[in-house]
Amino acid sequence: MELYAPILVLAVLGAGFAVFSVSIAPFTGPKRWNRAKLDAYECGIDPTPQPIGGGRFPLKYMITAMLFIVFDIEIIFLYPWAVAFDKLGVFGLVEMVLFIVTVLVAYAYVWRRRGLDWD
Amino acid sequence: MSLLTTASVLASPAAPGSPGPGLADFGHDPVWISIIKGLVIFVFLLLGVLFGVWLERKLISRMQHRYGPNRAGKFGLLQTVADGLKMGLKEDLMPRKVDKVIFFLAPVIISVPAILAYSVIPMGPVVSMFGHKTPLQLTDMPVAVLFILAMSSIGVYGIVLAGWASKSPYAILGGLRSSAQVVSYEIAMGLSFVAVFLYAGTLSTSEIVAKQADGGTATLFGLDIPLPSWYAILLIPSFLIYVMTMFGEVNRVPFDLPEGEGELVAGYHTEYSSSLKFAMFQLAEYVNVFVVSGVAVTLFLGGWRAPWPISLWDGANVGWLPLLWFFAKIVLIFCFFVWVRASLPRVRYDQLMAFGWKVLIPLNLAWILLVATFRALRVEQSTPVFILMAIVVIGALAVFFRFDTVQQRRREARAEQIEEEFEQLREEPTAGGFPVPPLDLPHYHGANRKEVPSA
Repeated sequence: MELYAPILVLAVLGAGFAVFSVSIAPFTGPKRWNRAKLDAYECGIDPTPQPIGGGRFPLKYMITAMLFIVFDIEIIFLYPWAVAFDKLGVFGLVEMVLFIVTVLVAYAYVWRRRGLDWD
Repeated sequence: MSLLTTASVLASPAAPGSPGPGLADFGHDPVWISIIKGLVIFVFLLLGVLFGVWLERKLISRMQHRYGPNRAGKFGLLQTVADGLKMGLKEDLMPRKVDKVIFFLAPVIISVPAILAYSVIPMGPVVSMFGHKTPLQLTDMPVAVLFILAMSSIGVYGIVLAGWASKSPYAILGGLRSSAQVVSYEIAMGLSFVAVFLYAGTLSTSEIVAKQADGGTATLFGLDIPLPSWYAILLIPSFLIYVMTMFGEVNRVPFDLPEGEGELVAGYHTEYSSSLKFAMFQLAEYVNVFVVSGVAVTLFLGGWRAPWPISLWDGANVGWLPLLWFFAKIVLIFCFFVWVRASLPRVRYDQLMAFGWKVLIPLNLAWILLVATFRALRVEQSTPVFILMAIVVIGALAVFFRFDTVQQRRREARAEQIEEEFEQLREEPTAGGFPVPPLDLPHYHGANRKEVPSA
């Protein structure tokens, strides 16, 4: 735990600074009321009505997030393998080739079904 | 958990006279030393942002044949300070519809992890600080690089929450775009580190730097030739991929899609007017640039160690001097960021995502397997290894040629399509809908001649 504790110093400093800046922001500037200032900025036109609860967003982003999880987990498997590679030797290499090929099958499927295209 | 134990088993304590501090040198600092180090890093980051903004504006102006800021202070050095003060004195707008709590939290969520990531960047060897021996690095852990990646992942929450809380179409689109981009490039970034860990055998930043101290020598014709020790040279493909992902990760030109002002105004921070809240986003952006530069220096460019000709001098890597090499490297990489910004236009979003997912990731995986096979070959030389190596090489080549053929096929299809469209245009009387005057209108050929159709 001694290795992780010093991070707290930076965390306290950083969080303190950020929270301080954000919370004094409303008090340091002038306040001149204006209806347009209270609306969402849309280059001068009336703001688009926003649906309650945030509305919908393109499904592409969710697919990207799911793919990100798949590959992030792959990376998490790759790191300890890379660190211990010299001890695992050929056995580790064979295992990792098999694992990457398995992930690549899913990857090829996603690619084939245009899951990686944006249009 | 398994990762933690694996790494700590492999962590070797730094012997006296070793290439640099290792994991064993950390965790002995009294609290006040930690506080001093933390404060210094924090102040360095804040001043770095002030100086960085100035340097960027000055450099990019020179590249564009203009002067840049030169009014506030000598060489305009106080320009950023003046800008910061002005931001503090600006009205803090708070649109009616925003989600108030998250709107306040987003700048904090984005800036704190960016600062935290700097706690594991090594800046120098063990020095004597007020009579206390301590390495020039806040702390180190068996999973230090993973910690940096985790911090940059948390930063994504700040982006997406800022966009979400603003309840404005530009902000939400900018936030979504930005988060999709950052997570995509994070994968390529994470993969480009794997080859480094293969060579270094550890995730601890200080030990990775120590591993780059000496590349060993190769004997050629009876001469001992020193080999390069920086992973940027040993693992060039990894380094190049990292440099590309670095720009995607911190939303800088040419990958600054979230701030495509033509379509999205300012992206996820559109609603944060120009007050101190916006200053937090600005701060986080520059600190993130310093973090990725620091990672590049640590993992690929030999860390705080002096570059080659200077490293021949024995005193180059002892005491406080290495701080100088570290900062020199960081400033150089920052200048590279500025140079790229002055040179390259912004890419299109679909091209950006396609590049990240379809090029960087498969190339990275193929490269990792290649490196691993050569490494295994060095550990034991036997027939199965050669067979396996042949399979991996063929697989890597297949990945490469698949790209080549797919690209070629696409290019041909596109050329055919364009040709077809031109054919159609040629045949159409109205030239594909363009308002062209018809060619058979009566022409005027002088007063005493009859009107004749020109056809």
